[in-house]
Amino acid sequence: MTLNFVVPGDDFTRAGEASGAVKQKMKQLGFPSDVIRKVSIALYEGEINMVIHAGGGQVDVEISQDAIDLVLTDHGPGIADIEQAMQDGFSTAPDHVRDLGFGAGMGLPNMKKYSDEFHLESEVGVGTTVRMRIYNH
Amino acid sequence: MNVKELARTCGFSAAAGNASLQRPVTSVYCCDLLSFAMGRAPEDSAWITVMGNINSVAVASLADVACIVLSDGVQPDEAMLTKAQQQDIAVLLSDRPAFETGLAIHEAIRA
Repeated sequence: MTLNFVVPGDDFTRAGEASGAVKQKMKQLGFPSDVIRKVSIALYEGEINMVIHAGGGQVDVEISQDAIDLVLTDHGPGIADIEQAMQDGFSTAPDHVRDLGFGAGMGLPNMKKYSDEFHLESEVGVGTTVRMRIYNH
Repeated sequence: MNVKELARTCGFSAAAGNASLQRPVTSVYCCDLLSFAMGRAPEDSAWITVMGNINSVAVASLADVACIVLSDGVQPDEAMLTKAQQQDIAVLLSDRPAFETGLAIHEAIRA
């Protein structure tokens, strides 16, 4: 099953729509709650990242019995130093985002932590693509 | 103990929630950093935070907590309330600081 979502930029009120819908669908399909939680968190962090940093983006989800594949694509500014961006606590989020409870530098590390496979490609001035796979055990 | 009984026992008011007020509460968790809370708040817990904005509702839904408890007299903004009603996430309000709020919940669910 394939699900596709557009994440609008700078709109915190709509971040979470994709992860919420995927969570709902996985519940209906009877996936275990710990797998649903991993997918939800990885995807929500991705949505928030796209809202904060990239002016929005695209989420493509492929749900199969064995695994859930998440592909997050944006055409934002790109990440100059991926290693630095992956460090716990490193953040370039502005203060107004921190005031909302985000911007602690945990987005990408959380996405990696909660997915079983994690690939990040980014080019400055072009955009970023994150591919994540979470296995259904 | 369910969310509604918890609110009554601890003297919290309910700002949002319908069917969710009947959900059982089995633990209490306290954190304001949303990236932390979404990974660590236990299912069916009462989640205490001062983040009275719409993102807390999304995190509560993803973590599947029983309710959000806004401590320290924090009031939810309009967008949070609207989203909480839409998604039926119970939001309770406590005038007390986070620790005292958590202690009251802990004692209530252990009683």
